[in-house]
Amino acid sequence: MALSREQMAQRVAREMQDGFYVNLGIGIPTLVANYIPEGMEVMLQSENGLLGMGPFPTEETIDADMINAGKQTVTARIGASIFSSAESFAMIRGGHVDLTVLGAFEVDVHGNIASWMIPGKLVKGMGGAMDLVAGAENIIVIMTHASKDGESKLLSQCSLPLTGAGCIKRVLTDLAYLEIENGAFVLKERAPGVSVEEIVAKTAGKLIVPDHVPEMQFADH
Amino acid sequence: MAGFDKRVSSYEEALAGLEDGMTVIAGGFGLCGIPENLIAEIKRKGTRDLTVVSNNCGVDGFGLGVLLTDRQISKVVASYVGENKLFEEQLLKGEIEVILTPQGTLAEKMRAGGAGIPAFFTATGVGTPVAEGKEVREFHGRKYLMEESITGDFAIVKGWKADHFGNVIYRHTAQNFNPLAATAGKITVVEVEEIVEPGELEPSQIHTPGIYVDRIICGTFEKRIEQRTVRK
Repeated sequence: MALSREQMAQRVAREMQDGFYVNLGIGIPTLVANYIPEGMEVMLQSENGLLGMGPFPTEETIDADMINAGKQTVTARIGASIFSSAESFAMIRGGHVDLTVLGAFEVDVHGNIASWMIPGKLVKGMGGAMDLVAGAENIIVIMTHASKDGESKLLSQCSLPLTGAGCIKRVLTDLAYLEIENGAFVLKERAPGVSVEEIVAKTAGKLIVPDHVPEMQFADH
Repeated sequence: MAGFDKRVSSYEEALAGLEDGMTVIAGGFGLCGIPENLIAEIKRKGTRDLTVVSNNCGVDGFGLGVLLTDRQISKVVASYVGENKLFEEQLLKGEIEVILTPQGTLAEKMRAGGAGIPAFFTATGVGTPVAEGKEVREFHGRKYLMEESITGDFAIVKGWKADHFGNVIYRHTAQNFNPLAATAGKITVVEVEEIVEPGELEPSQIHTPGIYVDRIICGTFEKRIEQRTVRK
């Protein structure tokens, strides 16, 4: 079975470490915040200018002046700080953020990522994604392995305009956890019940399959 | 205007001198911390052919989006336009020129512009469409793009509280691009929720020192929420 959105978030949350400053992108990456291991302290950075993002507010505490980078109303936790966008991107571009998790349309074997533009169709803009992939050392991309039509999103060369070149080393899909090394995807883990053959069939870029590929483990929820 | 008293009494006066073809830098992120009333005044004035520099371009019918309806904007420098159908439509039809700019680069362009720095180098955008036509230089074995800074004929800013000297503080994440925009305008206009008595703002807590600010006006704000999310 392919991983659910929640399971994908749960798997990525295992990459957290106590004391990490973490930036979570919009979509599935946002869900990672729900699975931060018990007893671990993590500060979430939101690139509009908030370090120490707390949970969503209640109806009583909702405040239009308190939003995250997804424009959702949020709260600030104890220990939070708020600053300008230039300060926020100094943190990101200066390499001060310990882990960045973001979505993508395509990733390739050279560590290139395309996540912001489909020519002639959807024009949204890159927001802070180009800064995040250029500034962070430690990035995890979360995406589905293939499109709804079954087209692989793990390619030998991205076909869409890039967000960043040669900056991605780790990818979690609904089928597998992979690392990018020396111009190839390396299959590190597979989703429970998903065969290596299926992953091979749905990976267009060069894929290295080790002798043993462990299955991801999830506690029942 | 007397001495350091930068207060103006009407929005008309606040934007006096804004003309067709000018560049306007606007603070705000999404609909948070946007100079709502100054935008409304630009719409009322009917100023056209504007270049607008702002992280987003509002939504349909609110924020900077209201200036799209009458096609007052000819060029936009922004990082994200995902919430605005009219914007996307005008962009795809080629009716409006858009320079999509990475958010951190945009913030730094404003900061540098206000600080008298004409250009800077950043790793952001290397190897992407953003790099087209730009100088690339290597420092310590890594490639960086040269990005030019931005200044505006006008900067329009939304603050929380100000004194008549033009010292401004922002509230929560409504700060965002506002203090950067404030430094980068030839004429910087700040609208706030409250103008307080001189001495009331703690000098060490000022976000935007009055030297950057030319005009201050007190307004009332709708503060529309884009994504209203609450705890379950």
